[in-house]
Amino acid sequence: MFAFTEDEIVRYSRHILLPEVGGVGQQKLKEARVLIVGAGGLGSPAAFYLAAAGIGTIGIVDDDVVDLSNLQRQILHRTQDVGTPKVESARRALEDLNPGVKVVPYRFRLDAGNVMDLIREYDVIVDGVDNFATRYLLNDACVMAGKPLVDAGILRWDGLVMTIRPGEGPCYRCVFPEPPPPGAIPSCQEAGIIGAIAGIMGTIQALETVKLILGVGETLTGRLLVVDALEGRFRQVTARRDPGCPVCGENPTITQLVEYDLACDIRGNGAGDRTAAAGGAAN
Amino acid sequence: MAVRVRIPVLMRNLTGGESQVTAEGRTVAEVFSDLDRRFPGVKERVYDEEGKLRRFINVYVNEKDIREMQGEETPLADGDEVAIVPAIAGGGPKDRSSASIDR
Repeated sequence: MFAFTEDEIVRYSRHILLPEVGGVGQQKLKEARVLIVGAGGLGSPAAFYLAAAGIGTIGIVDDDVVDLSNLQRQILHRTQDVGTPKVESARRALEDLNPGVKVVPYRFRLDAGNVMDLIREYDVIVDGVDNFATRYLLNDACVMAGKPLVDAGILRWDGLVMTIRPGEGPCYRCVFPEPPPPGAIPSCQEAGIIGAIAGIMGTIQALETVKLILGVGETLTGRLLVVDALEGRFRQVTARRDPGCPVCGENPTITQLVEYDLACDIRGNGAGDRTAAAGGAAN
Repeated sequence: MAVRVRIPVLMRNLTGGESQVTAEGRTVAEVFSDLDRRFPGVKERVYDEEGKLRRFINVYVNEKDIREMQGEETPLADGDEVAIVPAIAGGGPKDRSSASIDR
């Protein structure tokens, strides 16, 4: 039998009606542990839908505090949360939505020293980070630990999303072997971001996570979904495992976690100049 | 051969804001040359200093990665679609310094 209260049965009734979920699936969601890295543009919608779906434990990693400029897209946080730690603001929002969810805040930056211990505790990892260094670190760690990773990136009006299932499909490095040099690809703070693209991509991440936990449907594994919000286009391209991949290939050369020293944050005018030269995103 | 090329947001300042342009070429490399003639700067964006395709920019022909085919020598047919897809990392929490942009 399932350990649901009457309130839970009502709360999740529209899930339980679905043949792909049912009581068995809802119980899986309740027992699942999901780690969301970044309580920002992607992490906000992902966390909201995962909490609403009844994921039993949601860990959230973020070392930042809420800034007024976040609120245009980071919907976990309210105006009155400005200045408070994002993980606390996120916990409040998620517990308000669904008190049945256990939210575990981690107010620190993910790094090579803590990532393995952290992801070990979780079933699925959601990548909502804002920089390439952490993105590659998280990819490598998830490959090494065999943890599924739902990755997404957004910039201006564009979004990319893919689900990495180590051993079963390509990892982030198979698709993008090396991070761009600092300044080649601008960050949101340099190039801007339309709020609702974060909502679309983060929501797709929540959907992928739910499918992974339920074991239903087809995840975006070996496929990259490319969203062009300005044109209103969703396209997908194929992605294959690279046998020569340095982390998930046949003879991996990356066997220990490395952290790139890549500055995606603005580093004064120099970075801006490089952006203009290499990435051309300044305007 | 006339093909359609999808231009990512980050390169649209080169194409006058166009998200899709047509280009001529029998291979991907020829298409990039044609684009660079008409939209100077395209090659600099997609090739590194050694003339190799940048590792953080992927090129797809009809939704298939050219690395799975013949790379830049991948032959093209009339009406093919070439998509340029750079890696993007945004989405996360930190943009405190954007305040300095807003000012």
